[in-house]
Amino acid sequence: MNRGPISEADLHGYVDGALDPVRRRELEEYLAAHPTVAAQVDDYRRLNAVLHSSFDPVVDAPLPQRLVQRPRAPRRLAVAAVSAWLALGGVIGGVAGWQLHARSAGDAGAALELALARPAGVAHAVYAPEVLHPVEVVAAQQAHLVGWLSKRLGAPLHAPALDGLGYQLVGGRLLPASDGPAAQLMYQDSAGRRLTLYVRSGVSDNRDTAFRFAEQDGLGVFYWVDGPFGYALSAPLTRDQLLPVAQTVYSALNP
Amino acid sequence: MDAAETLLLEQIPRLRRYARALTGQAGSADDLVQDCLERAWSRLHRWRAGSDMRAWLFTIMHRVNANRVRRLRGRPAEDPLDEEGAGAASPQAPEMALEIRDLDRALQRLPEPQRQVLLLVALEGFSYEAVAATLDLPLGTVMSRLHRARERLRAELGGGSAPRLRRVK
Repeated sequence: MNRGPISEADLHGYVDGALDPVRRRELEEYLAAHPTVAAQVDDYRRLNAVLHSSFDPVVDAPLPQRLVQRPRAPRRLAVAAVSAWLALGGVIGGVAGWQLHARSAGDAGAALELALARPAGVAHAVYAPEVLHPVEVVAAQQAHLVGWLSKRLGAPLHAPALDGLGYQLVGGRLLPASDGPAAQLMYQDSAGRRLTLYVRSGVSDNRDTAFRFAEQDGLGVFYWVDGPFGYALSAPLTRDQLLPVAQTVYSALNP
Repeated sequence: MDAAETLLLEQIPRLRRYARALTGQAGSADDLVQDCLERAWSRLHRWRAGSDMRAWLFTIMHRVNANRVRRLRGRPAEDPLDEEGAGAASPQAPEMALEIRDLDRALQRLPEPQRQVLLLVALEGFSYEAVAATLDLPLGTVMSRLHRARERLRAELGGGSAPRLRRVK
């Protein structure tokens, strides 16, 4: 492709194996006739070899623990995530980085987003990174957990089983919503990744809605209203990754 | 563990090798790798399956390093030889260690933009196009930095006794 006189770029391309066979042959002929350039190319090759012999041992060295551990979200990130979600509600629709995929993003959509996606996103950002006390009542006491939360929310609540997706129930907690109680159920997979299901009553006059999706700072939230409850499922996943989880939750709640 | 996580974990030793050669210090290198990995883990959901994990990680590392360099600017320079002076390959023979020390020193004397290009090409085996994409540079800049880096190291590491290249047009 780059026929013609031999250039500096050809010399490097030769050393780095970037030349096509025809050009390589031309270059070899040139080097045979120009020993000083051949010496230069030899130096480049030697340099490559020295770089490898010096630094390749790093590749085989054991990794320090701090590099193999998958980091948990540090506290300052959790604070940033909370602020990001708190900053949303009032300014839906016009903010860069904020995506609202609603079937009808009118006032009803905005109200639903305020009532569900935003508090769920904040609650996830606060509790999902929590190491010591992620939940108030652990999954081992599931009957008590579900009974207690149902009583406080005023309608029978179910904790959907997500074992098929690799998520186990960690437990749940009671939260304050704008005008009453809400509940948060937390799930975790074997790698420690968490998703939360936020549930509250009195949303959207209990009219059922389609799935809606919001995303902020890498946290995705699907939210919908179904019967007495509004639900919001939050996880650090993309829309496409979270959708099948939301569908599973929905079917588990509507057997 | 999903496929993306496995691919990411596989690349850690190579990120370390590059960082070690780039920074000249084992401790700083692992700091850089750790910062890069923190960012990568938190953004892994945005990595597109089927795309090049290594290129993605090196792009992140390049950005993290640019921030780090900006942060360190103004602080007194650390002597790259203070810490684990003989470099990565300490169990080797003394003469070899000396050679690595010379290499480390010569690498650190290169302007960082040249060092990055040289290491991505000569140590990490990136194609010129991949270097241009990773460092967000025009191909011509990649080639000229590569040339200057090689010529300078050649002069510093003793290849310099050989006659300099006459620019062949």
